[in-house]
Amino acid sequence: MRISLMTTCLVDVMAPDVARATVTLLERLGHEVVFDRRQTCCGQMHTNSGYYTEAAPIVRSFVDTFEPALEEVDAIVMPSGSCTGCVRDQHALVARHEGDTALEERTAAVAARTYELSELLVDVLKVTDVGAYFPHSVTYHPTCHSMRFLKVGPRPLKLLRAVEGIEVKNLPESDTCCGFGGTFSVKNDATSDAMVTDKAANVVASGAEFVVAGDASCLMNIGGKLHRTGAAPRSVHLAQILASTKEDPFVPSETILGRAS
Amino acid sequence: MSTVQLGMPGVRPQHASPVSTLRGERGFPEAAREALGDATLRANMRHATSTIQAKRAGAVREVRDWQKLRSAGSALKWQVTDHLPELLEQLEESVAAAGGVVHWARDAEEASEIVTRLALERDAREVLKVKSMATQEIGLNEALAHAGIRAIESDLAELIVQLADDTPSHILVPAIHRNRAEIREIFLAAMPDLDPSITDDPAELAEAARRFLREKFLDMPGSVAICGANFAVAETGTLVVVESEGNGRMCLTLPRTLISVVGIEKIVPTFQDLEVFLQLLPRSSTGERMNPYTTLFTGVHEGDGPEEFHLVLLDNGRSSVLEDPEGRSALHCIRCSACLNVCPVYARTGGHAYGSTYPGPIGAILSPQMTGMSGTDDPNSTLPYASSLCGACYDVCPVKIDIPEILVHLRAKDVDRRREARGEFHGSWDLALKGASRLMSSPRAYDLAVRSAKPLSSLLPGANIGRLPGALPIIPGWTDHRDLPSPPQSFRSWWDEREKERVARGPEGPASDGPGENGRARSADGPAPDGDASAAGTPDGEERP
Repeated sequence: MRISLMTTCLVDVMAPDVARATVTLLERLGHEVVFDRRQTCCGQMHTNSGYYTEAAPIVRSFVDTFEPALEEVDAIVMPSGSCTGCVRDQHALVARHEGDTALEERTAAVAARTYELSELLVDVLKVTDVGAYFPHSVTYHPTCHSMRFLKVGPRPLKLLRAVEGIEVKNLPESDTCCGFGGTFSVKNDATSDAMVTDKAANVVASGAEFVVAGDASCLMNIGGKLHRTGAAPRSVHLAQILASTKEDPFVPSETILGRAS
Repeated sequence: MSTVQLGMPGVRPQHASPVSTLRGERGFPEAAREALGDATLRANMRHATSTIQAKRAGAVREVRDWQKLRSAGSALKWQVTDHLPELLEQLEESVAAAGGVVHWARDAEEASEIVTRLALERDAREVLKVKSMATQEIGLNEALAHAGIRAIESDLAELIVQLADDTPSHILVPAIHRNRAEIREIFLAAMPDLDPSITDDPAELAEAARRFLREKFLDMPGSVAICGANFAVAETGTLVVVESEGNGRMCLTLPRTLISVVGIEKIVPTFQDLEVFLQLLPRSSTGERMNPYTTLFTGVHEGDGPEEFHLVLLDNGRSSVLEDPEGRSALHCIRCSACLNVCPVYARTGGHAYGSTYPGPIGAILSPQMTGMSGTDDPNSTLPYASSLCGACYDVCPVKIDIPEILVHLRAKDVDRRREARGEFHGSWDLALKGASRLMSSPRAYDLAVRSAKPLSSLLPGANIGRLPGALPIIPGWTDHRDLPSPPQSFRSWWDEREKERVARGPEGPASDGPGENGRARSADGPAPDGDASAAGTPDGEERP
């Protein structure tokens, strides 16, 4: 299949290895990955902050980039539950707010072909064992948008359990939000801090070496708190684990969500 | 502004009156910061919310058709919202036919005036109350006190709050922020006859409250009691009060005069509809299959119960909530408080940080709609932002109110108001997001910006960014609490390097479709000139190739 990668702005800049891992994984599975440099952002930050009018040109840019390629690619993949959720549920809202019915129809066409990584693997590519190797203990944080809006359900855990050498440990209070919430983490920083402090403590209590999730933003939040407090567990994206093999194993770098090799 | 029929001719929607207890002194972030610093409060809240949450989950799991029940509850509430004027008129007729008297109150003042007048006309110096959110919202106890009438709360938790001169912090459990030891202190200070050897054992504390209240109940014949209602049946004029302690049953049956203050949204169309809500409410609320006391009363009956029944139907901002098609389902709330217990924000800050009678996720969408959001300085303008949009509230809501969607809708309303007001759209967030919008809708400018992100981050030493000075806008909110990655190279720069290598190496990448494919399909189009992008609206005119 030919798959168009929408890295998300946050991954492109702050967690580039998550996108690199997505490319490595999909190519290893025999698929072709294309990357359109005109891509910017899905507009989630603007939309969730209530800036619909300012989100609209970003949504237009998104549609302008991905709609013309719909005939050439089989799917669009985003390594992020919340950004996929924005494309699927909120682009239409933004178009409606602007009274742009043509844009609303176009967003629906793009959204219908846009998948979060675990959805793409399990539902579209029909694979759960991706031939990965990750000889470490991990604990899985489901992330709110993947769990409650996209309803990816057990897909990520199915993928993880098929990884050779992995040990999946239970995360206490796993379904509680990590406190990121986009601009919430800054506008209500004290509350957000209280939430991520508890989440980081639960990651430590799990006894796992890594906390894994399908959203780099949540992982940046949890990983940033773990790093600040000097706690041992590292955050790692699902794509990074699934891309890891015996020949080319994942080794974390000093940078949060970074890879050493 | 359009008019909404409320069973009165041509009523214009209006916000709740300022005397209502629907707005705090400070915005949420500031109030929350203080609450988060209170370790006892944090521990009390954590224990209480996780206990109730687990109990609810167990009670809900037992019901096989729970999702169908939720849908039924939601559908009934939409029916009420869509036909409120007719249903209100029907309720008025039914109540009158059963011997009750219906009063209409535009706002908190009118409702308090009606109740105070009724009490004064009956020479009541003390009135007993059944826990009621509506009377809390309108500040009825304070209005009565002003007229020299003492209101006594008969619900245990509400009594604790009243004796401590405190305010409720939860819809169902008003004293959730208090622990046993604190309650013992409150009782010792407020009940002069109490034996000082009392411990903080819940049974002993409940017994003390029971003795205190029983004296009040015994005084009741010939007096006045005030209650709210969980439901009001339009078809029959029946009011329903759902409770756990039996204090409600006492108050609803013993007095000579009973006054109910009920929000206009509490209507259900028919008696049979109670079947749905009496299943949804207790399981969502206390996590019980059925609550201990459900009292249904219809007008007056000679020789049985109160001799007089007055129903005060309260608007106080509800008509203005009804006016917004995207926000009006906030009125569907049946006050179960499941969204509070499951909310990770509420569980940490407690209810007082919301500044309103209605705290938690439902309060964050209800309070600002009832009062309006008058501007940046309005504390209620901060409430729609008091959420990480995790969606847990929507999952547990028994009538499927899409709270996250309404939160975002209200944020958009707040931003739109600022954008439309002259000279108000220049806060630091406004400027930052306007700038980001321009950048993120200009593929070429954005591409350049991302590529230059690396040299910028290389100004700061280390693999991650630690605490930054407070002078910088926005970012310190992040770096005060957590480190930030400082990656050496953006994805797109890496991709370009890889593409160059591929082209140099020739067409034999791992998944290549064949010769000549790489250059075009793999890296698709580079930053295209504007004309190259799809015709329908290349977003900005400032972009220059």
